[in-house]
Amino acid sequence: MIETKSIKKETLAILFERLRSNDWRIVGPSKNGNQVTFKELPTGSTMTQDYIQSTQSAKHVLFPRVEELFSYQIKQKEVSLSEKKVTPTETLLFGIRPCDAAGIIPLAAVFNGDYPDSQFNNRLEHITVMAVSCIKADEYCFCTSVGGGPGDTRGSDILLTPLSTGDYLVEILTEKGKKLVESIADLFGLAPVESKETNLAKVEKRWPVDELEAKLKTLFNHEIWLKQSLRCIGCGACAFVCPTCVCFDIQDEGNSQGGKRLRCWDSCGFAHFTLHTSGHNPRELQVQRWRQRVMHKFSYQPERLNVIGCVGCGRCSRACPVDMNLQEHLSQLWEVQS
Amino acid sequence: MSEFEPKIVAFVCNWCTYAGADLTGTSRIKYSSNVRIIRFPCTGRIDFMLLLKAFANGADGIIVSGCHPNDCHYTSGNFHARRRWILFRSLLDFLGIDVRRIHFAWVSAAEGAKWAEFVNSVNTEIKKLGPHHHYHDLVNTGIA
Amino acid sequence: MEELRKKARELLESSSVNVVIGYEEGGAGKVRPIFARQPGETNSLIYDSRCLQNLAVYLAKPEVKKFGKPAIVAPVTTLKALLQLAAENQVTFESLVIIGITPGGKPRFFSGWSEIEAFVSPFPDVEPADQEKLEKIAKMSLTERWQFWQDELSRCVKCYACRAACSLCYCSRCTVDMNQPQWIPVASHDLGNLEWHVMRAMHLAGRCINCGDCARACPLDIPLNLLTQKLLQDVYSHFNQRAGIGVKLENPLSTFKPDDKESFFG
Repeated sequence: MIETKSIKKETLAILFERLRSNDWRIVGPSKNGNQVTFKELPTGSTMTQDYIQSTQSAKHVLFPRVEELFSYQIKQKEVSLSEKKVTPTETLLFGIRPCDAAGIIPLAAVFNGDYPDSQFNNRLEHITVMAVSCIKADEYCFCTSVGGGPGDTRGSDILLTPLSTGDYLVEILTEKGKKLVESIADLFGLAPVESKETNLAKVEKRWPVDELEAKLKTLFNHEIWLKQSLRCIGCGACAFVCPTCVCFDIQDEGNSQGGKRLRCWDSCGFAHFTLHTSGHNPRELQVQRWRQRVMHKFSYQPERLNVIGCVGCGRCSRACPVDMNLQEHLSQLWEVQS
Repeated sequence: MSEFEPKIVAFVCNWCTYAGADLTGTSRIKYSSNVRIIRFPCTGRIDFMLLLKAFANGADGIIVSGCHPNDCHYTSGNFHARRRWILFRSLLDFLGIDVRRIHFAWVSAAEGAKWAEFVNSVNTEIKKLGPHHHYHDLVNTGIA
Repeated sequence: MEELRKKARELLESSSVNVVIGYEEGGAGKVRPIFARQPGETNSLIYDSRCLQNLAVYLAKPEVKKFGKPAIVAPVTTLKALLQLAAENQVTFESLVIIGITPGGKPRFFSGWSEIEAFVSPFPDVEPADQEKLEKIAKMSLTERWQFWQDELSRCVKCYACRAACSLCYCSRCTVDMNQPQWIPVASHDLGNLEWHVMRAMHLAGRCINCGDCARACPLDIPLNLLTQKLLQDVYSHFNQRAGIGVKLENPLSTFKPDDKESFFG
């Protein structure tokens, strides 16, 4: 039985300030021109909540764009290595959508697949996720078709749902969430009468994702991939805005005196992603890379890690300069006659 | 309090400026010692990114020097270089990088005295501008 | 639009071309590229003010080249791109059919490059709206300009959408994808971003035809086309050269005049 409470809209600012006074960092949605991004919100900054989805995901809080793994120094033929210590501040990740919160699950699955990635896990440990349910959706959203929903609780420590009064229903979902609420219990009120469901956005379910996974296995050599991918220019925007895309590149930057090993974002859509040193490239055409993207998220990851590699947030489709619409493509795949 | 000694990198062509700098030395003309000279076959070979790499590696000022127009050992290398620098300098200025930190000259193999004078004047100017902090600070930002 | 569809259909039916590259209705009020190979598919062709993407970028795509001779729907910016590509020996007049689009939206065919040159010559290189933005930046102080560009460029995630969208970025292996040496950092830290954008602007100096696709493709809304436009203007003011106006190569960095003027050489 999930514990529920309520919180007033105006109290959020007080909640943030209380946490800041305890040396917490608040990361939340902030408007930058026409776009909404998740960044640190210091005291006095304005948060925006009037949007359907941010352009970029908040994954950079867990999996930064560029992070140092270790550094080296060479002094007179002596080499010393020092591992980068990640000492994150306690962070409240506020305002991500239920799809984004659910996206933490595939990220964690990859970063704990072969062995536990200490940097990712370290950051995750110090983040409390306070997501906000969706009362609006647009034609790009398809969370309900990948096992999620506008009020999905997976991945969140606390989930707020906006009510008709403008205040929030609060669902306390994990021990971490409970601990946070207890520490500032005076800011919360009794559970509201209004139900969560009446306020949630309506997102049409378009296909049963388990059956789609099975179907994709039979479609590897189908001609549909070429048709769908013809307009793709291999730009990489989709992978970079995606909350679950986790491919990375390792880059060593340094010279004869010292340097760093960095981990940075990469995209399977890039032409040289699978380029071998021999010159051979098993995915030298965009059609192969597009197929790989869909198969990886909807077939290989479910098979190997038991997670769907997509949360239906729609960011890839909104960001795509040539209108590659993932939900549309998946619907087409679903409708292929066997 | 020690005075600021700027780090200056000079990209020069082998046939004119490098030989000219050599002449400065053999003529026993003293000039600032904080310049590191990098020899290229021709100014036409100097990639514009090398200048930014110099800044990223700690340079406070940059010198680019080669043969006078019409005197290029390879006939037209310096003509191409001149075009490149006109555009590059404009781009850097547009981006907010102080182009007073980058100095260009034509110094021939016979102009030993000119080289010394030029380097000294660049050194004075860079000293006035101070260390290239904001570019150096850029080097480690954006890494988690 | 009917005329465009009719012409495209005729081209496919007569096997003059194997594919027509144009625009069709996309989702959520957007348009998207279409690759019509059957005459019936030409019914989806549209042309309106939303059709801004420069389709010339697809001429270098292997899967599209495999279809055979293409026809391409070409508004003014695409025509300029084609002229520049022809100047750089990337495309010949016989290798494709150019369905030019007049500013009024009508299809127009050309008998050769010189006709296209005459057609595009009255159009300005830089739009007034962008001109204003460039002037605004030029009026800023040096520190303000640095701050402005650092605020913009630090957001870059190095997705290379700008590169992928650009029809003049046709190198089969880009210099950033070489790692012996890794000249431009892969990582999207502040230095890596600055170096990438400087290099991109310089490699497009005098070659950019200002279609604006780089800025449109950028998922972070960074005004990238301002960098290339600045250099466009410099190339014109210093060297009297323009991109996309003719098939005679006029690239500023591959050409020179012995009496080029500069004011800063000691």
